[in-house]
Amino acid sequence: MQSFDLEAQGLRALNAALNAQSSETNQTVWEVVNAKGSHAIAVGLDAPIEVNVKGSTGYYCGGMNKQATIHIHGSAGPGTGENMMSGKIVIEGDASQYLGATAHGGLIVVKGNASSRCGISMKGVNIVVQGNIGHMSAFMGQSGNLVVCGDAGDALGDSCYEARFFVRGSVKSLGADCEKKEMRPEHIEFLKDIIAESGVDAKPEEFTRYGSARTLYNFDVDNAGAY
Amino acid sequence: MCGIVGLFLKDPSLEPKLGHMLTDMLVTMTDRGPDSAGIAIYGGEVAGNAKLTVQSDTPDEDFAKLDNDLRKLIKGKVAITVKDTHAVLEMQADQVAQARAALKDIRPNVRVMSHGESLEIFKEVGLPKDVAERFNIRSMSGTHGIGHTRMATESAVTTMGAHPFNTGPDQCLVHNGSLSNHNSLRRRLRREGVHIETENDTEVGAAYLTWKMQEGATLGEAMESALEDLDGFFTFVVGTKDGFGVVRDPIACKPAVMAETDQYVAFGSEYRALVNLPGIENARVWEPEPATVYFWSHNDGPTAKEKAA
Repeated sequence: MQSFDLEAQGLRALNAALNAQSSETNQTVWEVVNAKGSHAIAVGLDAPIEVNVKGSTGYYCGGMNKQATIHIHGSAGPGTGENMMSGKIVIEGDASQYLGATAHGGLIVVKGNASSRCGISMKGVNIVVQGNIGHMSAFMGQSGNLVVCGDAGDALGDSCYEARFFVRGSVKSLGADCEKKEMRPEHIEFLKDIIAESGVDAKPEEFTRYGSARTLYNFDVDNAGAY
Repeated sequence: MCGIVGLFLKDPSLEPKLGHMLTDMLVTMTDRGPDSAGIAIYGGEVAGNAKLTVQSDTPDEDFAKLDNDLRKLIKGKVAITVKDTHAVLEMQADQVAQARAALKDIRPNVRVMSHGESLEIFKEVGLPKDVAERFNIRSMSGTHGIGHTRMATESAVTTMGAHPFNTGPDQCLVHNGSLSNHNSLRRRLRREGVHIETENDTEVGAAYLTWKMQEGATLGEAMESALEDLDGFFTFVVGTKDGFGVVRDPIACKPAVMAETDQYVAFGSEYRALVNLPGIENARVWEPEPATVYFWSHNDGPTAKEKAA
């Protein structure tokens, strides 16, 4: 295992070392200590490596990630996993606002709560939250799945496209053009798999599905008030 | 951007270290705003006395014999402690109004940074590290304090545009964000007779709270009505004589992290500001909810009141 002291060695050195790893690397497990809320830890990775961050992180940890598994042993700051393409991010604590914004793929797991704008403009990522999520989550979500074992805040899925939202608890309010939908067998199957992969505590049957009512896709003057 | 920090001590044994801890927290936030910095510290209260913290760009001239001159005019005791461009004037609480009026005549270039029984505000253009050094903030003890490092967006980089803003006796405000209706609100407040010095948006926010409280609102009520009347982005931290409060606008895009242990309640724009506090590993760490007014007080328990957005 490679160990890296962020305070002593610095952020640029860390990201340069991680970015230098290829798919054939034998340095497959990394540990980052003294994270202390620093920004942009382990961004732009593109190798099947595992990075364990000890402590909480600041802005944009794991941004643009491809292939790598990033495990944050603490809480994560704003914009964690922004524009992730593939791979996995696991957050042991809470996640701040706009978790997984615009992310195209991969899996983000939050063991605690996620804040506002979780999964904003998500484009294919799967996000699983053991706790609650804040307001305006999945705003303009285009593709992917947001699975919430707790409650969702105001305006869930406002102006969403084809992203799917599964909430076990209550939804404070739905955003414009977001509606409750039926749970079909394929949704139960999907939840069974992703719950197992994420290691969260929930049963597929307990969730309600929400998604786009598809009435705002094309401009209709009767909807002018909703824009 | 801008960076905000706040520290409210529950454990009196930490009080001698307040200035030191708050300075470390603020210096960590330097890269959120390098334009100006300021710290408000509550402490050193003497029964029956009040403090005026004043500032001058020419302190050597203005502060020389200032205590003597004031003493003659108000016919009472005045003690002065000069720190760089600031001076703390201590006098009987019931003579403060008289002293402020006299100051305008005898030292027209001196500006009042704060007044109150325990509050002192020190702020200047420059980096948090340099500002804290000039006023020797690290050596200050106190019960609680707040700090701010500014990235100017709405108005000029000046001492008067620096935060914290003194809103009323022993009250102050720091702000991360920008108010978009500050021009119309400034006109409205001026019509009501409220004195607003600069073109700064936060000063309008501070003046708004002061005005609301003059009209009879409590600070908590004033903060709740701020959610109605202020348009724009804000995370506010307000200091009061016995505690501090936090409120974020309903959109809440300006960051805020809080931590609480048996020893303290701490606020930071980012978690980075909190990492060196004692026992942070086991603290309860969370983000304050949008459109919710939080208060911690040495006299009452904590409160959190949600205002329907």
